[in-house]
Amino acid sequence: MTTGIGNPVKRKEDRRFTTGRGRYTDDVRNDNQAYAAFVRSPHAHARVKSIDTKAALAMEGVIDVLNGKQLTGDGIGNLICGWAISSKDGSPMNMGAWSALATEKVRYVGDAVAVVIAETQALARIAAEAVEVDYETLPVAASLTAAMAKGAPQIHDNAPGNLIYDWGLGDEAAADAGLKAAKHVTTLDLTNNRLSPNPMEPRSAVASYDAAEEHYTLYTTSQNPHVARLVLSAFYNVAPEHKLRVIAPDVGGGFGSKIYIYPEEITCLWASMKTNRSVKWTSDRSEAFLTDMHGRDHVTTAQMGFDENGKITGFKVDTIANLGAYMSLFSSSVPTYLYAPLMSGQYDIQNIYCNVRAVYTNTVPVDAYRGAGRPEAAYLVERMMETAARELNMDPAELRRRNFVQSFPHQTPVLMAYDAGDFPKLLDMAQKSADVAGFPARKAEAAKRGKLRGLGYSTFIEACGLAPSKAAGSLGAGVGLWESAEVRVNPVGSIEVLTGSHSHGQGHETTFAQIVAERFDIPVENVSIVHGDTDKVQFGMGTYGSRSAPVGMSAVVKAMDKVEAKVKKIAAHALEASEDDLVIEGGAVKVKGTDKQMLWHEVGLAAYTAHNLPDGMEPGLKETAFFDPVNFSFPSGAFICEVEVDPDTGVTEIVQFVAADDFGTIINPMIVEGQVHGGVAQGIGQAMMEQVVYDDNGQLLTGSYMDYTMPRAADLPFYKVSHQVTPSPNNPLGVKGCGEAGAIGAPPAVINAITDAIGNNHLNMPATAHAVWQAIRAGKSAMAAE
Amino acid sequence: MTKVSMNVNGKKVSRDVPDETLLSDFLREKLRLTGTHVGCDTSQCGACVVHVNGKAVKSCTTLAVSLEGAEVTTIEGLANGKELHPMQVAFNDNHGLQCGFCTPGMIMTSVDMVARYKAEGRKLTSDLIRQELEGNICRCTGYHNIVKSIEDASAKM
Amino acid sequence: MYPTKYHKPASISDAVALLAGNDEAMILGGGQTLLATMKQHLAAPSDLVDIRAIKGMSGISTSDTALTIGAATTHADVAASKEVKKLCPALADLASHIGDPAVRSQGTIGGSIANNDPAADYPAAMLALAATIVTNKREIAADDFFLGQFTTALEEDEIITAVKVNAATKAAYAKFAQPASLFAMVGVFVAKGAAGVRVAITGAGDDGVFRHAGLEAALTADWSDSAVNEVAISADGLMSDLHGSAEYRANLIRVMAKRAVAAT
Repeated sequence: MTTGIGNPVKRKEDRRFTTGRGRYTDDVRNDNQAYAAFVRSPHAHARVKSIDTKAALAMEGVIDVLNGKQLTGDGIGNLICGWAISSKDGSPMNMGAWSALATEKVRYVGDAVAVVIAETQALARIAAEAVEVDYETLPVAASLTAAMAKGAPQIHDNAPGNLIYDWGLGDEAAADAGLKAAKHVTTLDLTNNRLSPNPMEPRSAVASYDAAEEHYTLYTTSQNPHVARLVLSAFYNVAPEHKLRVIAPDVGGGFGSKIYIYPEEITCLWASMKTNRSVKWTSDRSEAFLTDMHGRDHVTTAQMGFDENGKITGFKVDTIANLGAYMSLFSSSVPTYLYAPLMSGQYDIQNIYCNVRAVYTNTVPVDAYRGAGRPEAAYLVERMMETAARELNMDPAELRRRNFVQSFPHQTPVLMAYDAGDFPKLLDMAQKSADVAGFPARKAEAAKRGKLRGLGYSTFIEACGLAPSKAAGSLGAGVGLWESAEVRVNPVGSIEVLTGSHSHGQGHETTFAQIVAERFDIPVENVSIVHGDTDKVQFGMGTYGSRSAPVGMSAVVKAMDKVEAKVKKIAAHALEASEDDLVIEGGAVKVKGTDKQMLWHEVGLAAYTAHNLPDGMEPGLKETAFFDPVNFSFPSGAFICEVEVDPDTGVTEIVQFVAADDFGTIINPMIVEGQVHGGVAQGIGQAMMEQVVYDDNGQLLTGSYMDYTMPRAADLPFYKVSHQVTPSPNNPLGVKGCGEAGAIGAPPAVINAITDAIGNNHLNMPATAHAVWQAIRAGKSAMAAE
Repeated sequence: MTKVSMNVNGKKVSRDVPDETLLSDFLREKLRLTGTHVGCDTSQCGACVVHVNGKAVKSCTTLAVSLEGAEVTTIEGLANGKELHPMQVAFNDNHGLQCGFCTPGMIMTSVDMVARYKAEGRKLTSDLIRQELEGNICRCTGYHNIVKSIEDASAKM
Repeated sequence: MYPTKYHKPASISDAVALLAGNDEAMILGGGQTLLATMKQHLAAPSDLVDIRAIKGMSGISTSDTALTIGAATTHADVAASKEVKKLCPALADLASHIGDPAVRSQGTIGGSIANNDPAADYPAAMLALAATIVTNKREIAADDFFLGQFTTALEEDEIITAVKVNAATKAAYAKFAQPASLFAMVGVFVAKGAAGVRVAITGAGDDGVFRHAGLEAALTADWSDSAVNEVAISADGLMSDLHGSAEYRANLIRVMAKRAVAAT
């Protein structure tokens, strides 16, 4: 078996992508295609006094110009945040109204107020400029500082002081006591930079309305088409679920930004009914920077206490999270339940308290981006450990080892029960791979060349496969977090797997097929994976939070259990054997110890001809399963980054990046390594290059690739990736999820390495050459002052 | 409107297009060759790279009407019938793609890169490959396997 | 993009006729800047006059000590030219680092110079090499040509046809790229030749490319990277933006000047 679990099977989906035959949303063109362009606010905060559409409507080829009053007048509901978070005092979060097209007020630059539908995309864009909107500008709060200042502009009337919630997790008194008892307390002030996810495929939507059937079809760039259909139907009243088909075909990357249901999709669906045309909207990159949900953007102060042996005695965190102008779909959960429960890291910490305030600003909404909350936690915990080690004059690896969790399951004081791992061994593996022992010699050699060499660690924990539904529900989640699967064995024995997971780069068409090939011992080519269409797959929760393997694949396993049971019943009946004596191998169902067998396709045929089935058995061979895990899975990693800094320019080169991960069982090592590479690249991007910047007026300064730095090939190294396997007991395959590890673990490793190299710990992300140069100079003047 | 004729993937095509039509739009909308992608509006991402008269160009920054009589090759025209180009094979062999969106431009750039170096008799190292990829952005792979794919194909082309 | 009318004149006189009296017409070279600007609705020329088909606009000719480069010659052709590599290798090197390979195969030297983007590379070379900009009307010394960012001495219907560059005895260009755009954040071109020692800096100045008197004096006295250390590099008049402060740019001018001199 070379195609089953654990094999680096080459991707089945690649042929269409390498030959230009992928089918992405913008590739769809209907016969009656019209094009939408949005009229967007140039102001970060303003009242909409009037909208004059006459000039635009007069242009030849303009079909209609629609506004927010018409939209709400047709009963289209406001966008919602689907996870309810309550403040410490029990009050609910202050969710402000968000209409797909703003009616009264605009709250960020790019907020849509109207849409032009025209015969061509170029014309729609030109006509959108001809729509005259009379704005009354209002004072702007573009930063956390401005939004939290006394007398700050009020962004939503129901959120006094722009505060969305003031939430806490853990035991504050215990954390205080732990800090008080400490021999040494390390304090850090950190900023987690604001990022734009930037999947290479811009968002797109093609909506059509069939007046005869009163039925809508939406092609869209979504990571979770079923959730999109549910939300569009149940909350935005676009159409009842059975009258709406959502298709997410090939999707060119997501990284979180394509989880959410955006104003543009709602508007296109509604406009297709209004105009009786198929309506297409495709974002360009500039529009993506203005409107795709951003990620991260925290400001944190934290203290960690240590006893005389370097054991952590207490950890207290105070975070302010910028959620932008509106609460996006999962925005509330990111700085709370996806963040604070990770504060224990890989360490046995008894006393933890984390306080989080979420705040509105006049900027693009902020939601989950690859890692979502967990990178913020890992960055804080791992910079804290490295900083403490320097202050305690200890080896940073040794300080970590003294605090590692040693046995599993491990219950932290912040909700989580870690499933499995071996943190010391993982760090051993990373240290060996990085040749940490040889570092002093490499540093000395670099110094001879005038370069500052540094080494930084990150030993981090993740929580993936968000679950279980019941627990998530009790914490405020508006949806269940299970996954569904349907396994169809055709009469010829080939298999179709319908999954609610969605692949937008992850390679599910290969890896999901591998688990089926392994189970039934048939060629991987005979298995096809169907996903991304609500008319084909009954329901699914989609792909995010590294959940496709631990949750999505587990549902497939459950469905295969049922298929196997039926297959054995059919074969046992036909072969006149006991089910217990049957094995499935070599493309057949065999009676152990005999030469009696039924070929796999014969079983399939038997199920459908139904000529010789056990009494009472229904014909057919198709089984469905829903899987709701008992817990999260907890991948862990040990990353070691080594850098060389040019002190003349601040330019930092990553000379080595080691990633040792524990993802539990690995289905396809080639794909897993690819996920690590991509995640680490995004982590390095956050650490050294990327940042969304607004000026005080809320104007976006990083509105294109001319100013927002995307990591390029020459910025990045080859990565040294290795694995250790401690299977998760929380799902049948023992998998943990691998999609986010790189983005979670890399930033602190990089910054710990750079600060080690330059000898100044005061360095925020992104550590651009400019920032590093300034930190070197500041470090020198600080030393001179002492 | 101007009538423009060119040879695309070995076939002569003629279309009436507005003068401001970009080559990327011409390919995607007029010829429905949707393998050429557009990922940015500042000529930086390279998802739109095709070959014009044997050179890699960004089709999003080229006017179709300026290419009267040109030979254009897109990702759809790279394979020889069912037989894939060595670069296409190498991207599959080395897991040089994930979501696939940047892939057409990445492959067209890579084919041009290897051909130029071979023509000039220069050796293509991994460092040079990284430099040559300055105009192609990938968000999925972290470039590791893209560089490996190009090294692999370079040895076979 | 807004609608426009495309023209491909075969002669300078046809091109001039298309431009004359039409404020809304623009010259199109490789289009690597202009088309990007049009896509973002930041430019809306009524007419585009593509000068690449005009006879004699492309190509490189040489005398013993000078190069004449046609305005429509691409960066890739300059970078690959044996003549340029022989007479002025620093210029070939500069051209080989403009944009990316696809940009270099289209972008032209004339377009780069006429646009005078404050972060463009060629203006630094033209100024440091005391080049002459040849137009359909006259010849303009580089010192008189670049008048501030996006501003040149060109008149409305004046078309650059070529540039003339004298070989330098020593010359090199060192660029520090702005991390996102990869345009020059600071580019320093140092040259020593018949026109003396000249140092031109692009990317850094508030007002486009400029020469640095202090560096020129120091390098005239002593052509060495250590001589650069003694020069005061003021941050006054340098750009400050989210990619780097004026102070940082001043530092980079020193570092890049040293690296350029060391490379000669």
